[in-house]
Amino acid sequence: MKYLSEYRDPELVKQYLEQIHHITTKPWKLMEICGGQTHSLVKNGIIDMLPKEITMVHGPGCPVCVTAVSIIDEAVYLAQQANVIICSFGDMLRVPGSHKNLLEAKAEGADVRILYSPLEAVQLAKENPDKEIVFFAVGFETTAPANALSIVQAHKSGIKNYSILASHVLVPPAMEALLSDEENQIDAFLAAGHVCTIMGMEEYFPIAEKYQTPIVITGFEPVDLLQGILMAVQQLENGEYKVENQYTRYVQREGNRLAKQTMNEVFEVSDRMWRGIGNIPQSGYEVNEHYKQYNSRIKFSLNLPVAEENKECISGDIMKGLKKPFQCPNFGKACKPEHPLGAPMVSSEGACAAYYHYASVQQPEEAL
Amino acid sequence: MCLAIPGKLISITAELDETFRQGKVSFGGITKEVNLSMIPEAKLGDYVLVHVGVAIGIVDEEEAQQTFEYLKQMGEVDEITHSEKIISNQ
Repeated sequence: MKYLSEYRDPELVKQYLEQIHHITTKPWKLMEICGGQTHSLVKNGIIDMLPKEITMVHGPGCPVCVTAVSIIDEAVYLAQQANVIICSFGDMLRVPGSHKNLLEAKAEGADVRILYSPLEAVQLAKENPDKEIVFFAVGFETTAPANALSIVQAHKSGIKNYSILASHVLVPPAMEALLSDEENQIDAFLAAGHVCTIMGMEEYFPIAEKYQTPIVITGFEPVDLLQGILMAVQQLENGEYKVENQYTRYVQREGNRLAKQTMNEVFEVSDRMWRGIGNIPQSGYEVNEHYKQYNSRIKFSLNLPVAEENKECISGDIMKGLKKPFQCPNFGKACKPEHPLGAPMVSSEGACAAYYHYASVQQPEEAL
Repeated sequence: MCLAIPGKLISITAELDETFRQGKVSFGGITKEVNLSMIPEAKLGDYVLVHVGVAIGIVDEEEAQQTFEYLKQMGEVDEITHSEKIISNQ
């Protein structure tokens, strides 16, 4: 397919790899933010082909993985209410809550549906006026405009039986939380390309400057990732810390103005609990006061107790780049995609699931 | 989750007002109905980037070449720096 397959060209991959090997002289730790990038790096075997000096660590950019147990509990609670249809993206159904996941709630009779788009949920609301439709709205800045648009559409069409359970997270506050952590070992970031298609580049300049850390906005195909890695390593080797844009075919400095406008119309920035990391101030979106009738938490007066995270899961250390999945004693044993202890084993974009499925990734002997 | 796929805009199927448009997008032959509200400037034949049923960007065709030329440009820069070094050493 055009604009995909040419970025998977083996010859170009080879040339980029050669150049990366050529310029690398010191050990560097690079973090890719986005789970889609993690998936692509592991699946395409790129990690194995990089110089041994370069370590890729996998960031918290998998929305499924960072959704807190408490929010899964809220979704399960809503699913169990009479007359409610709860809809979400497929991956969310198997994420463990403190008692059960959405798939188990469905097995017990709850009406849980997998949709491709939040706009389909609005259509479902139109077709089922006697039901309450809840869309479990997870995602980073990439997904927020579509979820916001669903509320704008429902509002314009006078649809009242639609609301969203927002579990929106934002990239820049998470990057700052990682960089300001005293255990931080990250030398450079590959920022998430599609997040920047929406948000643009502006938010990243102060972060690169404050923490003197290179940030390269990067795409998802093998050639994109290698170019992003090359640009980041080049900066590190030269002692620079700039924001650069590898993904120029989709990312403009100002982002997508209309998408940002739609998000600002519907959402306000709020504190957000991240699974494995904890509360990060001002790191999420919640439906604003003006559209509060579309906020499931208000509509259903949600007030559940805060649930504890599963202590057996080391997802926090993995998403901070401190540990690799195979350094977890439960990896591939007590924790597998069929019965995950934590969310990174659920989503195909979770670091643990990616390592589990594409196990050719070398396990360093000291980690075994 | 942030997966977004480029496809070719092949028809406009609904136009409610100046921003709300819907169209058919072909992903290598498979077509899907896509909301075009975020990219009012998109024209038929453009490649658009689609995420959860909403188009969020248009491919910049010129910039799409950049990844193929980057190494070449880097090579040229290397050569210039290299020759500058030789000149300054002489």
